[in-house]
Amino acid sequence: MSSVITRVKQKQIAQLIEKGKRLDGRELTDYREITIEQGIIERAEGSARVLLGKTEVLAGTKIELGEPFPDTPNEGVLTVNAELVPLASPTFEPGPPDENSIELARIVDRGIRESKAIDTEKLCIEPGKKVFVIFVDVYVLNHDGNLIDASALAATAALLNTKMSKYQIEDGEVKLTSGYTQLPVKKHPITVTSAKIDNKLVVDPCLEEEQVMDARISIAIDDDDNIRAIQKGGNGYFTPEQIQEAAKTAKEKAKQLRKKLDW
Amino acid sequence: MNDKPEKLIDKKGLRLDGRKPDELRPIKIEVGALSNADGSAYIEQGKNKILAAAYGPREVHPKHLALQDRMLLRCRYHMAPFSVQERKSPAPSRREVEISKVIRESLQPSIFMEYYPRTGLDVFVEVLQADGGTRCASITAAALAVADAGIPMRDIVVACAAGKIEDTVVLDLMDEEDKMGSADVPLALMPNLNAVTLLQMDGILTLEEFEQAVNLAIEGCKKISVIQKETLKAKYVDVKEVEE
Repeated sequence: MSSVITRVKQKQIAQLIEKGKRLDGRELTDYREITIEQGIIERAEGSARVLLGKTEVLAGTKIELGEPFPDTPNEGVLTVNAELVPLASPTFEPGPPDENSIELARIVDRGIRESKAIDTEKLCIEPGKKVFVIFVDVYVLNHDGNLIDASALAATAALLNTKMSKYQIEDGEVKLTSGYTQLPVKKHPITVTSAKIDNKLVVDPCLEEEQVMDARISIAIDDDDNIRAIQKGGNGYFTPEQIQEAAKTAKEKAKQLRKKLDW
Repeated sequence: MNDKPEKLIDKKGLRLDGRKPDELRPIKIEVGALSNADGSAYIEQGKNKILAAAYGPREVHPKHLALQDRMLLRCRYHMAPFSVQERKSPAPSRREVEISKVIRESLQPSIFMEYYPRTGLDVFVEVLQADGGTRCASITAAALAVADAGIPMRDIVVACAAGKIEDTVVLDLMDEEDKMGSADVPLALMPNLNAVTLLQMDGILTLEEFEQAVNLAIEGCKKISVIQKETLKAKYVDVKEVEE
């Protein structure tokens, strides 16, 4: 995006950031207002809607029976998918997932997978043969920037809200019975994205900031302050010092959010 | 398949292939490996065997994708079906789509895109054999292919991964270390500008270990960059000798 309008805005945004301010009055390391609502889709095994400022993401989980991967015969399977649905932005088009939605899904997936958020061994029914497969579908409903952090929050919130049907094994067949148990979630990864604009880093970029940013870096932090996943994106670069700054900020921000969300 | 070695690092601090923690795998690079491409390069790093080709600047197809003020860069990272243990379907996987995107974003900051408005530069990477760290070796080769095509660049991007195995931060992970180690940090660098153009990570690292890994990966990039640039220069020295 380098239309005349965004170039004019770039100057304005950069001048503000120089003074430690942003378009919407936030400090450089402030998140927008976060609201999470869980369990809003009754047909889904788990669901959560996240509002991050005007960015809105809905995540739903479904559970199916399936086969484990050959290299992890005792573990259930996690599959994350993301849809940038056309109603969310004038720039989203219908059709098969493009590289942006694939990247988004894979960043969310890595945060959950690498932090071992789900106790996948508890999802095994019969080693090597039958396991539960957890599908997390991230649905972007309104795009106002920082889809990564909003989607990661929505995915974790939906997993925390996920109920699994109880089951019995009769004659080698899995029969679902009445009653539910909670999906075993052990860790609560939080992903913090910083954007580089005019050589300064800002947390939780809104859409206008994303349109003028050089690059972004998203860092997933687990409950014990460890880094679990990172993704740099965008056509610019970071200096090694900026990377360390982003990592420190991510650690602090994740801690704050964790306290606020009680995760 | 399942004959897992007990330890990735032995008592002497040496790795499965006898390397020290901060040692690179043997690297062989060739520039101009393909005659049809405008620029090309071939790299072997450990058992990785990767070909990269650059076509452009050329007309963009389909035309509506062309950019009025700069060149359009497109990258395709693709693995041959026989490049890995279990046959990989030749259809592009989600992993390949993502890696194609991050390779493009790692090269873009180095190229003077604005010199060639309304044109396209296509970079194709084929992994013929994979041995861990293919995205990094691909970037090292792809940057050379672009340079070989004569596209003006600020710097030649080079990439290398660092990671953690058995509580030790190590350089240039091979396949077994990548799969069984506890973290992998691929990084691409413009060495003269000290600018990081690709950074990914998965696994588990403390903030301090992450800083170590980034610094080690940068050191690795600088070592590979020397080989990379010598190889590029050597091609043109050869040409000169033939003319004389």
